[in-house]
Amino acid sequence: MPDQLLYAIEAGLNGLMAGVLYALVALGFVLIFKASGIFNYAQGVLALFAALTLVGFQNGQIPFAHLINAIFGTDLHTFGWQLPAIVAIVLAAGVMVILSIIIERYVLKHLVNQAPIILFMATIGLAYFLEGLGDIMWGADIKKLDVGLPQGINETIDTVTYNAFGYGFFIDNLDIVASVVAALLVISLTIFSQYSKQGRALRAVADDHQAALSVGISLRFIWVLVWSIAGFVALVAGIMWGSKSGVQFSLSLIALKALPVLMLGGFTSIPGAIVGGLIIGMGEKLFEFFVGPMIGGATENWFAYVLALLFLVFRPQGLFGEKIIERV
Amino acid sequence: MKKTMTAIALAMAVATPAMADLVVPNLSYRTGPYAPNGIPYADGFNDYFTLLNERDGGIGGELVRVPECETAYNTEKGVECYESTKGDGALVFNPLSTGITYQLIPKVTADGITLYTPGYGRTSAANGKIFEWVFNYPANYWDGASVAVKHLLDENGGDLSGKKIALVYHNSAYGKEPIRTLQELSAKHGFELVEIPVDHPGQEQKSQWLQIRRDKPDYVLMWGWGVMNAVAIQEAVNIRYPMDHFIGVWWSGSENDVIPAGEGANGYKAIGFHGTGADYPVYGDLKQYVYDAGKAAGDGSNPGNVLYSRGMYAAMIISEAIRKGQEIAGHSAVNAAEVREGFENLNLTQERLTELGLPGFAQPIEATCADHGGPGSAMIFQWDAAASTWNQASDWITADSEVLDPLIAEDSAAFAAENNIAERCN
Repeated sequence: MPDQLLYAIEAGLNGLMAGVLYALVALGFVLIFKASGIFNYAQGVLALFAALTLVGFQNGQIPFAHLINAIFGTDLHTFGWQLPAIVAIVLAAGVMVILSIIIERYVLKHLVNQAPIILFMATIGLAYFLEGLGDIMWGADIKKLDVGLPQGINETIDTVTYNAFGYGFFIDNLDIVASVVAALLVISLTIFSQYSKQGRALRAVADDHQAALSVGISLRFIWVLVWSIAGFVALVAGIMWGSKSGVQFSLSLIALKALPVLMLGGFTSIPGAIVGGLIIGMGEKLFEFFVGPMIGGATENWFAYVLALLFLVFRPQGLFGEKIIERV
Repeated sequence: MKKTMTAIALAMAVATPAMADLVVPNLSYRTGPYAPNGIPYADGFNDYFTLLNERDGGIGGELVRVPECETAYNTEKGVECYESTKGDGALVFNPLSTGITYQLIPKVTADGITLYTPGYGRTSAANGKIFEWVFNYPANYWDGASVAVKHLLDENGGDLSGKKIALVYHNSAYGKEPIRTLQELSAKHGFELVEIPVDHPGQEQKSQWLQIRRDKPDYVLMWGWGVMNAVAIQEAVNIRYPMDHFIGVWWSGSENDVIPAGEGANGYKAIGFHGTGADYPVYGDLKQYVYDAGKAAGDGSNPGNVLYSRGMYAAMIISEAIRKGQEIAGHSAVNAAEVREGFENLNLTQERLTELGLPGFAQPIEATCADHGGPGSAMIFQWDAAASTWNQASDWITADSEVLDPLIAEDSAAFAAENNIAERCN
C-alpha cells in the first residue's frame, strides 16, 4: 500500500478517536437540550468543575483552603490522604448531583416558562460562576489527573499494522478507552431512556412539557435528573480530556469542539452526537492531512465549523435533529 | 455658600497632585485558560515590590503602588487595562502578552510611557533607535531561536547540515515570531525547517504529532503557551519522541508544562534567561518581610518556580530602572519620562545582582540609546521529573548577532517607515 494512503488511514482512524472525545462533550449538551430546550453554555465548565473536584478529592485537597487561610490566618492545604481513583470518581459524581439540585433550586426553578434565550443567558452566568467557584475551591494551578487510564501508543495495533503494511499505526490507548467508555455510556443512556420509568418520563418531558405535566410527571425532578446525568457525562469528559492535558482552566474550552458536532448531529439526538463527533473528527483530521500542508496547517478549528455548516445547508436541523414544522 | 464650598472642594481635588507613589500597573491574568501561567508571574511581580516597600520603604524613599488589572490574556481587555490605569500616574507597563504589546506600542509612544516586555513582545523593539519607549532586554524571541540552534550546533559538533528541525508553534503573533529567524538560520546552517502550527488553545494536537511521527525530525522546538505546552509534551511522550531532543522557548518551560506528563517529561529541555529555585538570598528577605508577614500575593505556593522567578525578574529590572531614573533626575518622585531615561541607562552588573540577593540569577545588562534588547543570552535547562526540578544544562549561550542584527534592523526600519518615525541616537 502506498505510504500516503497508509498515513491517511492512520489520520482518519485518529480522527474517529478524536471524534469520540468531541462526542463525549456534545452528549452533555444534547441531554439537557433534549429534556428542557436549554442550550447549556456551562457544559464545558461543568466538565472542568467535575475534573477539578475529582482531582481535589483524590489528592485530599481541602476545598476553599486559600480562602480559609486568608480569612483565619491558617496554613491549611490538604487532609493528608490520597483517595483511590474509584472512590474519588464516586464522590465527584455525588458533587455533580448536589450541584444539579442546587442549579434546579436556585436557577432553573425561577425561570420556568421563560423564553429559551433567558435560560441560555442563565447558563452563561452559571458558567462564569462555576469557573470562579472552581478556582476558589481548588485553586487555578495545573493538576495532574491520574485515574489509572493507559496512555501512549497501543503496541498491539502498532505491531499488527507494521507486520501487515510495513508501517505501524499510532493509536493512543487513552482514545481506545474513551471510545469504549463512550459506547458504554450511549448504551446505558439508551437503555435508561427506553426501559426505566424515569427514562420514559424524561422522554415524555422532551416530547411535550405540558402533556408530561398533565399526567403527573414532576418537571423539577426531571430537570435535576437530566442535569445530574449531564454532570456525570461532564465528569467522564473531564477525566478523558484532563488525562491528556492535566486539569486546568482551558478544559472548559473543550465545549468549542462540541459545537460543530451539535450543529452537524442535531441538538436532540444522542446517536447524532456520536455520529456527528465521528464525522467532524475524521473530517478535520483528513482535511488537515491532505489540505493543511498546502495552506499553512492549523485548519482543524475552523474546518470543523465549515463541515458543520455544509451539512446545515442540506439539513438545517442537523443529521438526526427533529424537524420543526410550525404552521401559521 | 454650599455652591462655593463645593467649588473650593472640587478645585482642591483637581489641584492636589496624584498620589506621590511610584505607580507600576500589573496587567495580569488570574482568570481564563492561561491563568495557571499568569498567576505565578503576577505573584512574583507583586511580591518583589511588596518586599521593596516593606524592607526598604519603596525605591529611593517612594513607595511603589502596583494596581492590578485583569486582562485574561485577551488583547482587547489588555488595552482597556492600559487605558484605565495609565491616568493613575503609570510609569511603566509590562502586559505579559505579545498581542497586547503590539497594540500598546503606538499608544505608549504617543502617551510617553515605557513598555517593558522581557522575553516577549515585538522582537525588533530591541532597536532603540526606532522604538524609543519600548525595551525588551535581556532577550527576545529571535535570541531564543538562535540560542536553541546554537545549543544544537554544540550537540552536533558544530554541524547541522542535513538535519531536520520541526517548529511546533502557537498559531498567533507570538508563536510566529521565531519563524523568520529560524528560516535564516536554516539557510546558514543547512538544516531543514518544518513549521507546524497549533491553533489556540492547543487542547487537541493529534494531527501535529502524527506528522512529527511520520517526518521524524531530529529535533523539535516549541513556541507554545498555556495548555498547548502540556498537551504537546504529553503527545511527544505518547509517540515516544526523545525528550532531550525537544526544546521549548522560555514560555514553554515551566513546571506547569511538564508536571501533567509525569515521568514521561523527564529530560525535556527549555531555554531560560534567568535562574529558578528559591535558593537565592533574596528569598530570606521575602520570607521575613512578605511571606511570614502575611503579605504574599496569591496563595503563597509559587515562590521559586519558573514563572514566579520571571515575574520577580521583571519587577527587579523595573525597580532598578526606576532607581536609575531617580539617580539621573536627582529626585525620587520620578515621572514616566524620567523612568524611561532609567531604562535607557540601566547598567545592571553581577555585583549589583549580588547586592540584590540574586547572584548569578541573570546576565548583566548595559542598555544604551540604541540597544534596548540587552545581551540576548540564555541557558538551556532540563527537567528532572523525579526531583521535580529544572537543572541547568548549559552555560550562557549568546545569540547569533550576525544573523539577528540585520533582521532587527530590517523589521524596525519597516516599522519606522510605516509610522513615519525618524531614527534617533545618531
